[in-house]
Amino acid sequence: MKVRLKVNGENKVFDVKADEYLLDTLRKNNYVSVRRGCDNTSCGVCTVLVDGAPVASCSYLACRTEGKEVTTVEGIPEEAAKIADCFGREGADQCGYCNPSMALTIYAMKKELVNPTDDDIRSYLVGNLCRCSGYQGQHRAIKAYLEVE
Amino acid sequence: MFRVSGPAQGHKSIPGGGMMKYVNYERPSIDGKGLMMGKPGYTDDLAEQNSLIVKVLRSPHAFARIKSIDKSKAEALEGVELVLTYEDFKRIPVTRAGQGYPEPSPHDKFVLDNFVRHVGDEVAAVAAIDRETAEKALELLVVDYEVLEPVLDFEKAYENKTIIHDEPEIHEMFPIGFEPKKNVAAAYLMHVGNVEKSLKECDTVVETTFYTQAQAHTMMEPHTVNARMDYTGRLVLYSSTQTPFHTRRIVAEALSYPMSKIRVIKPRVGGGFGGKQCVHGEMLVSAVTLRTGKPSKMVYTRQEVFESTFSRHPMRFDIKLGAMKDGTLKAIDVEVLSDTGAYGEHALTVFMVAGSKVFPLYNKVDSIRFGGKVVYTNRTPAGAFRGYGAIQGNYALESAVDVLCHKIGMSPVEFRQKNMIQEGETSPIFEIMGEGTEGTAMIMETCKLDYCIERGMELIDWNSKYPRKDMGNGKVRGVGMAIAMQGSGIPYIDMGSAMIKLNDDGFFNLMVGATEIGQGSDTILAQIAAESLGVHPDKIVIYSSDSDLTPFDTGAYASSTTYVSGNAVIKASEKMKQMIIEEGAHALKVPVEGTDFDGDTISHGDKSISLRDLSNRLYYNEDQKQLVAVDSYVGTKSPPPFMAGFAEVEVDTETGQVELMDYVAVVDCGTTISPNLAKGQVEGGLVQGIGMTLYEDVVYSNSGRMITNNMMTYRIPTRKEIKKIQVEFAESYESSGPFGAKSVGEIGIDTPPAAITNAIYNATGVRINSLPVTGEKILTGIMKTRQEGDKK
Repeated sequence: MKVRLKVNGENKVFDVKADEYLLDTLRKNNYVSVRRGCDNTSCGVCTVLVDGAPVASCSYLACRTEGKEVTTVEGIPEEAAKIADCFGREGADQCGYCNPSMALTIYAMKKELVNPTDDDIRSYLVGNLCRCSGYQGQHRAIKAYLEVE
Repeated sequence: MFRVSGPAQGHKSIPGGGMMKYVNYERPSIDGKGLMMGKPGYTDDLAEQNSLIVKVLRSPHAFARIKSIDKSKAEALEGVELVLTYEDFKRIPVTRAGQGYPEPSPHDKFVLDNFVRHVGDEVAAVAAIDRETAEKALELLVVDYEVLEPVLDFEKAYENKTIIHDEPEIHEMFPIGFEPKKNVAAAYLMHVGNVEKSLKECDTVVETTFYTQAQAHTMMEPHTVNARMDYTGRLVLYSSTQTPFHTRRIVAEALSYPMSKIRVIKPRVGGGFGGKQCVHGEMLVSAVTLRTGKPSKMVYTRQEVFESTFSRHPMRFDIKLGAMKDGTLKAIDVEVLSDTGAYGEHALTVFMVAGSKVFPLYNKVDSIRFGGKVVYTNRTPAGAFRGYGAIQGNYALESAVDVLCHKIGMSPVEFRQKNMIQEGETSPIFEIMGEGTEGTAMIMETCKLDYCIERGMELIDWNSKYPRKDMGNGKVRGVGMAIAMQGSGIPYIDMGSAMIKLNDDGFFNLMVGATEIGQGSDTILAQIAAESLGVHPDKIVIYSSDSDLTPFDTGAYASSTTYVSGNAVIKASEKMKQMIIEEGAHALKVPVEGTDFDGDTISHGDKSISLRDLSNRLYYNEDQKQLVAVDSYVGTKSPPPFMAGFAEVEVDTETGQVELMDYVAVVDCGTTISPNLAKGQVEGGLVQGIGMTLYEDVVYSNSGRMITNNMMTYRIPTRKEIKKIQVEFAESYESSGPFGAKSVGEIGIDTPPAAITNAIYNATGVRINSLPVTGEKILTGIMKTRQEGDKK
């Protein structure tokens, strides 16, 4: 079936199977910043924004994006660059595999929450697992990013 | 902003090391921003679009013989290119361990075999045009199994009537105690002095047993590999690996294919922690691409990562410590049983590190004995995992030390200060125990444990919190501590090398075989080259790793990259600097003696030429030649990083629930090449250690099926569990290391099991003897203590 949607502001028509997940559709169409981590909504690595809200694309059917706007990290280059600079200062990048999904979730949180506390930040990002950083550098980086804004 | 901003960067003095321009400064990692902004770089990002999808049929049984496989229906399915079973391979036993050659691991694995030895072991492989077709083909394979009685309890494996490896071709590469007929993958025994005699002479002896569990690496990028034939007919692999050169060798060996026709490229790697030291799908995709001529790829599902790669060796420690009344530790006696699962990757070496990188901490003992066996079971194989035995041994020793302190009525801090290894001292263990072979004697040139303990006590506020504080609401808080050591590479075995090429316009390529896997090695090796050459880091373009293009390096393991590969970078940089000076002197028509290079300009008296002009002259105008410097480094010792870890816990005495309130780590890793990246290494290691202590457990059903085979049931810490972590570094300069550095990759993981369980003991009086800690174990202990109190 065909789905018509916007990806990063561009109109797209994708040919998808009824049981195809958005993660596979995006990767097939060369949005390779969207990556597979766990297959079952546990790790957050495959996060994209659908109409501005973070979703796990590994478990989100591609056909559900009909008429919607999908954002990958390539769609928020300015914010991603700011977040990346904060991560870099704290040595929080580490392997980088989950970082596009981290940037998207942090960006969504910034739009959604006003002056989030430490606990608010941890709760919002709890579904974005990281095995490298121990979360400490990330937390310092996220706070620095929110302060800059 | 970043403190390194341009060539006018201020100079910084490091203790013992003089003035630094680019080392010991915080710099963002060179790849972090591009990757966060979505640039492709990982193995699957770089697969050919039309790759065949390789899927593996995996064993549903813990132990079985394959009587037959009917692949006719699968082969007949449209879109299926190839089906491979054990009948398609020559029987060549290899080890997937990804170690130097000859390996200290038994050659006990075939690409495919007619026996399956754990749930998830490979039965057959299918290559098809897409995933759906490949998965359908797997369902069409008809396998007739003779199901065999598995060995699932590692304490019953030795001389069990079930022999897991009965095949005639398997062998050890040199004596490692391999006795497969008894289910023994490796065995070891060492002793110093007469332990039994010294234990008899001690005033106090404690004897305890500790168990550690299997832990899953859970790196975010699943194991991934793809293969293609290039236009010269060579096999090119992109692999998410920590060991590209070992991978090339093992694939060649397993498939009897010339090594010269294999190229292994390691792109960005999404985490490893030891889990990608072993080879994984490389042999099967190579076989598919060699037979079909078509590109192929494998991306492990998360279930495959859990069931069909590797985990941490579970161990049992029976440990005896003997001490005098004044708190002098006299004797250490340890017997270990380790579970390597279905295959023997890293069986002996992880076992030995549980002794060699743990027991030198208490170097003043009269006698020590350390020995035991590594047994096969029908579980997912164990392999390398950050800490590599040291975390298991540290839990046993540092818990037993607290048991002893309690018995003799001495503070755990005072006991350690009295008995622990000090700067300028040694331990006989260094000479006796290496990794699979004899070790290397060495003196501790740097050991700042004294400072680490004192500073850690301040940061956690030990004196006012030790041992416990009743919070008055059914909750009680306690503090506990542990000390730890690791190593910096494997002396006389681990080799790193670096090649530096000067380009026109005066910038450099730095090619290293050292394997960046997210730890930041590309960033810090470029910093080391910049410091050595005196040029700004922006002038260093680093590339790792590609078996065709970069010089040999054993890989990212054994805490070796900073120390071993870093030293190789210094040696190559110094050669390059000398070449620049010689060519500059030649261009200026002055003697080499008295000619200097300051990073920008080559000068002699009032004559000078810029590096840019010199390089353009060399490549376009006069005396044309390419300047390339290459050098290698092999350690002659393995200076240990040290640390002290302090935990504060709060236990709910009604439910047994424990919360980690604070964790303090003070680390002596020599100079931190990049303080922010070093801190990230320690923080990340700590949280993996905390996960192993409090949350993580690889659990099997009674039939040997892994229950925790996804990220919902296997629980790594989320950011909500980790409240407060404080990491600091001691001032330390290891003169044999690059600009004073030792390793920092593994040391952070070692202390949490002992420090946290010691804190739980200090809070509640309950000693946790098996990991992970659970509320149930604590509550059972509390209730038992209460009952015993009632009886009295």
